[in-house]
Amino acid sequence: MDQLLQFLISGLTVGSIYALVALGFSIIYNASDVVNFAQGEFVMIGAMSAIFLLKDGMPYPAAVFCAIAITVLVGLALDKFAIEPAKNATVVTTIIITIGASIFLRGAALLIWGKEIYGLPPFSGDKPIVIGNATILPQNIWVMVGTGAAVLAVKYFFDKTLMGKAIMACSYNKKAAFLVGINVKQMLLVSYGLSAALGAAAGVLVAPITFMSYNSGVMLGLKGFCAAILGGMGSSMGAVAGGLLLGIIETIGAGFISSGYKDAIAFFVILVVLFIRPSGILGKAESDRV
Amino acid sequence: MKAMVGYCLFALSTIVPAILFPDNYYVTVVGVTICTNIVLAVSLNLLMGYAGQISLGHAAFFGLGAYSSAVLTVKYGIEPWIAMIAGAFMVAVISYILSRPILKLKGHYLAMATLGLGIIVHIFFVQADQLTGGPDGMSGLPVLTIFGIPIDNDIKWYWTFAIFMLLSVLFSLNIARSRSGRALAAVHGSEIAAQMLGVDTAKVKSHIFVFSAVLACITGSLFAHQQDFVSPESFGFFFSIELVTMVVLGGLGSTYGAVVGAIILSLLPELLIVFEDFEVLIFGAILMTIMIFLPQGLFVAMEQAFHNFMNRREQGAANATS
Amino acid sequence: MKALDKIKIAVLCLCIGMTFCYGKALASDTVKIGSFLAVTGPASFLGDPELKTLQMYIDEINAKGGIDGKKIEFIHYDTKGKAKEAKNFVNRLIKKDKVDVIIGGTTSGNTLAVIDIVQKAKVPLISLAGSVKIIEPVKKWVFKTPHTDRMAAEKIFQDMKKRGITKIALITGNGGFDKSGRAQCFALAPKYGIEIVADEKYGNADTDMTTQLTKIRGTDAQAILNFGFGKAPAIVVKNIRQLGIKLPIYESHGVASKKFIELAGPAANGVRLPAAALIVADQLPANDPQKKVLLDYKKKYEAKYGPVSTFGGHAYDALFITVGAIERAKSSDPSKIRDEIEKTHGFVGTGGVFNMSPTDHLGLGLDAFKMIEVQDGNWKLLY
Repeated sequence: MDQLLQFLISGLTVGSIYALVALGFSIIYNASDVVNFAQGEFVMIGAMSAIFLLKDGMPYPAAVFCAIAITVLVGLALDKFAIEPAKNATVVTTIIITIGASIFLRGAALLIWGKEIYGLPPFSGDKPIVIGNATILPQNIWVMVGTGAAVLAVKYFFDKTLMGKAIMACSYNKKAAFLVGINVKQMLLVSYGLSAALGAAAGVLVAPITFMSYNSGVMLGLKGFCAAILGGMGSSMGAVAGGLLLGIIETIGAGFISSGYKDAIAFFVILVVLFIRPSGILGKAESDRV
Repeated sequence: MKAMVGYCLFALSTIVPAILFPDNYYVTVVGVTICTNIVLAVSLNLLMGYAGQISLGHAAFFGLGAYSSAVLTVKYGIEPWIAMIAGAFMVAVISYILSRPILKLKGHYLAMATLGLGIIVHIFFVQADQLTGGPDGMSGLPVLTIFGIPIDNDIKWYWTFAIFMLLSVLFSLNIARSRSGRALAAVHGSEIAAQMLGVDTAKVKSHIFVFSAVLACITGSLFAHQQDFVSPESFGFFFSIELVTMVVLGGLGSTYGAVVGAIILSLLPELLIVFEDFEVLIFGAILMTIMIFLPQGLFVAMEQAFHNFMNRREQGAANATS
Repeated sequence: MKALDKIKIAVLCLCIGMTFCYGKALASDTVKIGSFLAVTGPASFLGDPELKTLQMYIDEINAKGGIDGKKIEFIHYDTKGKAKEAKNFVNRLIKKDKVDVIIGGTTSGNTLAVIDIVQKAKVPLISLAGSVKIIEPVKKWVFKTPHTDRMAAEKIFQDMKKRGITKIALITGNGGFDKSGRAQCFALAPKYGIEIVADEKYGNADTDMTTQLTKIRGTDAQAILNFGFGKAPAIVVKNIRQLGIKLPIYESHGVASKKFIELAGPAANGVRLPAAALIVADQLPANDPQKKVLLDYKKKYEAKYGPVSTFGGHAYDALFITVGAIERAKSSDPSKIRDEIEKTHGFVGTGGVFNMSPTDHLGLGLDAFKMIEVQDGNWKLLY
């Protein structure tokens, strides 16, 4: 039982990574009802850009800033060239478009950065912090703090700012939003930029812990999607709850049942949750159009 | 009548190359891959296209078929046909039990649930190495015998798969026109409206889910015997995504759409090999471009263009005579 | 019009026919080497240096006029590490490209998937993958150059025995390499009087292994053995240090590239692993027969592509075993090449000195593995 504390800390560490990725899913879903399967690629592009800018001698904070800027540009381009032209596409078609985009971005990353795995130095040292009989790395705390800050910022943006409210309006009813004078196209663009920025930030935060290569985005994107669904698609608090819960389920499963089957256990729990609550833990029930 | 002409042309195009070039790489190796993918895409299209239910875990049923054949014949020495039927029966039971709770979910939540299902099955293939051989897979399946003919070379396998594929396509074409097919279409159009008209939508959906899964499962059994090798990565999450892509790329809800999608996605990697490192990039770009500009799918778009063209010509002819 | 069309078609047919004949005529002046490697995908860090090595040396051989005047025609496909693709490409190499010998199978899974095909088609295959299952039991047409996972486990257990370690914790990934290594550890442990007190697993794309290591911390293990490759072992080593576990750490030969030290940083210091002599070539005694071969390969590869890894070395060995066999066979006939590969004797490669026989299609002894420790961010040859 004295291991439980370490399991929980490990779970929260992994979970906050998932949560950060899930948050990106949530924003785009809010604005357009699209699940962006290229979200994991934003994470990868953010991390890889930062790694290579740093290698080229740029100071750390500047490299992080530029990496986020680069990823935002990619996000804007994705919306402009892939999502906007296909505005009449069905849900399934947009899923395939974003999957196509993720393959395309992975291919581009392969050409630009090659196949090697890279790491990023931690923000503030490698010395573990001891809590009771458990330990945690400073970088893990950075990830948790980053997730917390991001979720508060996103919540503030959607609840308090005019633009955030306008984006929410688009998510409820595009036509009505258009009629009250909201520039729907622009709102979509903003949400893609924002989501890309969050993804890039996640990438920079986790690269010192997990290392990155051109195909690292796939797994992170997948787990982020699971977290977003588990919490309830479109709810930013749900995304965070889903992420942390997923992380904890995985570590508890690995710790007490079987580390080989830990992902299967996590997916099993998600299935059971969905059977009981078909819209996730904090999701609003979807109504069917008649 | 017109539909049968199309089907005969399609059947001919699968038969003729095999008679002309029985030893060609593209016929025996790529051809079998294409046939496998066509059956899988057609079976998935029954669920996605006709019943409107997305599935990101279809490869799991394909894999369950392949592994039940492999494990039962290799580890337990059971006859191939019995193993195949046992696999199909198991998948029918599993998918029936799962169908009700899973199909209650909608949209992305259904996508998540099917995805989870696929991944759980995949993890089982990897981790239960005592049974499945783990990531290295297992080989040594006995030769399959159909009507006393042992299927032991490439061209015989091609014929087996071609016939199986043609039957599946014929079946799928017919189901669209049958009573249950019309019920399905109603479910796809508007589930509530269908319910009002007295269609037991839950029953229709769960039947089609089971049927689609069993068809994929039998394909898996054949695939295992043909490859004489099974390993987990043939049945992973990415292959499920690939199958969905085939269906949507060709045109959701159209049997020939699924066929066209399967052919394109099977051939594309073969053709893109020459681009080496650029392959991934180009593949992604092609996928995006088709879906952005032809969101209804390649085959459906072509079909519409053809109809428009014919209509115009008929009109033109009518104008000329009057 | 119609007649003209017919003539056009006739000319076209003639042209196609002639190209076929021409192609056949050319074929006798070349020897075709096919390869299927995982150049992209999760095993790309293995496949990439392998392909680069093959291309570099084949270009060099062809520039010098080929093997006995025969130019090498090199045909390569990227399997992305997928077994199904490997099967397709090997079929393509045999049926479409009609190659005389095949080098490849970066991973054990890829190799095991194609064994039946090459056995039936009677084309020799030299695998670059680790699993002992590839050559045991001996298959007539299948050879390999890398040390087996069984040898790695034996080398590690020998070292543990020397240090008096009897209880170990095992932690492995979910890939073929990891699982096969794990099975070998379980099979060999009793022979060396070693008890495996923990058997933890992780996914190769996982981001954190502290949970599994916390469980290991709770056992009475005297050392931790990690069988894995890619980024996961670097994370394992970092997590071990994070948890303050002071036990000796053993890795497999899967991490024998500078990348591992780069990723794991100071946490890698003190880690021991068995590996081919390549990574410690400059530390070998001057009279070591391998020293010259290793330094030459290292120099050439690094001048062109950057740091070497032992994985590219396996491709070097496979290529020159093939070239030697073709030279001795004085023919590009697959079955003659096979016979000569089996007779390879005293070939000094990067992996060791190869002595193949009808019962041993690898031909390396345990001494071909060196025990290496990471010290101050560098490989140090122990023995």
